Amino acid sequence: MRSFLFDALFKGTATIARPVPGSAALEEVAKTLGERARQRLGRSLSIREIDAGSCNGCELEIHALNNPVYDVERFGLKFVASPRHADVLLVTGPVTWNMREALLRTYNAAPEPKWVVALGDCAGNCGVFAGSPAVVGPLADVLPVDLHIPGCPPPPLEIVKGLLALMEAGKS
Amino acid sequence: MSAPAALADLVAEREAGPDGYVRLDVEADLWTALAQGCAAGLHDLSALWADGDRMRMALVGDGRRAIVSLKTAAGAYPSVSAHHPPAIRLERAMRDLYGVQPLGLPDPRPWLDHGRWPGHENEARYEFLPSEGEGLHQIAVGPVHAGIIEPGHFRFTANGETVVRLEERLGYVHKGVEHLLAGADIARGARIVGRISGDSTVAYAWAFARAVEAALGWAVPPRAILLRAIMAELERLSHHISDVGAICNDASVLTIHARCALQREDGLAVAGACFGHRLMMDCIVPGGVTADLSSDGIGQVRGLLARLEETRAEILRVYDSLPSLQDRTVTTGIVTPELVRQYAAGGFVGRASGRAFDARKSFPYAPYDRLDFALKTRTAGDVDARLMVRMEEIVESLGMLHRLLDRLAPGEIRSAAPAMAVGEGAALVEAFRGDLFVSVRIDEGGKLARVHARDASWFQWPLLEAAVEGNIVADFPLCNKSFNCSYSGHDL
Repeated sequence: MRSFLFDALFKGTATIARPVPGSAALEEVAKTLGERARQRLGRSLSIREIDAGSCNGCELEIHALNNPVYDVERFGLKFVASPRHADVLLVTGPVTWNMREALLRTYNAAPEPKWVVALGDCAGNCGVFAGSPAVVGPLADVLPVDLHIPGCPPPPLEIVKGLLALMEAGKS
Repeated sequence: MSAPAALADLVAEREAGPDGYVRLDVEADLWTALAQGCAAGLHDLSALWADGDRMRMALVGDGRRAIVSLKTAAGAYPSVSAHHPPAIRLERAMRDLYGVQPLGLPDPRPWLDHGRWPGHENEARYEFLPSEGEGLHQIAVGPVHAGIIEPGHFRFTANGETVVRLEERLGYVHKGVEHLLAGADIARGARIVGRISGDSTVAYAWAFARAVEAALGWAVPPRAILLRAIMAELERLSHHISDVGAICNDASVLTIHARCALQREDGLAVAGACFGHRLMMDCIVPGGVTADLSSDGIGQVRGLLARLEETRAEILRVYDSLPSLQDRTVTTGIVTPELVRQYAAGGFVGRASGRAFDARKSFPYAPYDRLDFALKTRTAGDVDARLMVRMEEIVESLGMLHRLLDRLAPGEIRSAAPAMAVGEGAALVEAFRGDLFVSVRIDEGGKLARVHARDASWFQWPLLEAAVEGNIVADFPLCNKSFNCSYSGHDL
């Protein structure tokens, strides 16, 4: 265990500097959130992640947000276990018919005000799974979406930039 | 009642196709006798799927592989699971997707069909298996779990803290993968198959590519073969190291977790820099690979290997020095060798319970046919054994990667497609979690007529139910993480 501490001393910090919020994401949230978010957002966000049909690629990159390199808790972005504690629902995957009800129940369990982020190409347009009879459609067909972070999967830095834009929108 | 038939006797005189599989049509009697052979331990069930008016079964035994086909009669066929329970979920899934009826299926409940698909709506309640006894209570978990995990439902029946039964209900992320693949062209097929389970995208893409190449007689440049293995071993390493951390995290040793997460990030960043995608998605395609490794890239991978070795050695030292951590992992979640044999469980789940099977070793495909490495097994079958097998596999993968990099000679990385022809091909690839089977059938015009993918998880999920029995509820996350089965790969 001591070696971990020595390592930390000699190798220095692995954590990257705070990235600039994504400009496309800023534009999108400015449009979708409008006045609604102004007073509410801006300090910190509790995020509940929901896999609504993902291939688990997006989950791998969401996991990376909590590693020491991105360490998103320092920006006030915290993943929570219960939707009751959540401000933001971060949803991945094309919405499958088999997950639709669980997704809606989780959404309904989150208190108002709440925001929905569609993460990855599948949540945006079903990706390669478009046209499957087992898929309801993109997330926007099921829930009101405030921000979409594209990518297959989006790299963690892009996810951080998108989530920071969501926070910025509330500050302006 | 017929006597069990052994695969070895059946295929002894027959020649295998270029993919290593002997293909033969059988009648119902022989089909059933082969199912009984699985139960008797004469060979292993590797996959079971519906293909038009036929049921197909991939069998593995005594160094031979076969795909046997049975013509269904009015959409029905004699159930394999009536003799061999590991086939139960496969038969339920195929019935839900294609309507084929296994006669004598011991568990007729739906599996992937949750009564939600348009045109198949059904309000009937899913009946979990009963557990009876004094003081028993149920704990329902999921499909939405507390962490950043894929969805699935776990129904625990417990007496106080002790789990007497765990029953899984899966299928929530069923995306209709096989439906989408039917009629797709090969390029689109590769993109879809690479997204059946994102964490094994390299292994899936490789298995699909090999199956298509076998079907069409498509030759792959030597450099591409080496690059495929480099990607596959990098994928394996990133999951092995991060899952070791995640297991320790579930035992509240966050320092190991942080260190492993950092090392995983290092691996993904190097993969992203070298191949243009952190998970190396769409990098392997039929005919070769889409991304080459520059000399600078080779240096980056070698640097990563050195750092990984340092991390591995340090994690192992720390793991060994924490009795309170081992108190959580040793003797927790035991899977018996009998169950592992019966289910032909692949990967570290099988190897930690003494099943010495690894597709890279048991049915070596290039370049593993000329790559020496040790097959690591343990016998304890607990969380600790699964973790230690993975730690040992890290060493083997690091060694293999060094030798693969040594052998990289300049050359083409992709060959043009041969004339499209009707054909069939199958491949078995060792993904990080175990052997992955992909079968393709190509129709006139070069379209995919039928693709079936069987994730290692199909034969591991049921063993998790067995592993948890008798353990305390609080140890379930450890057991679950030590398996790390794929939901998406299973739900299709």
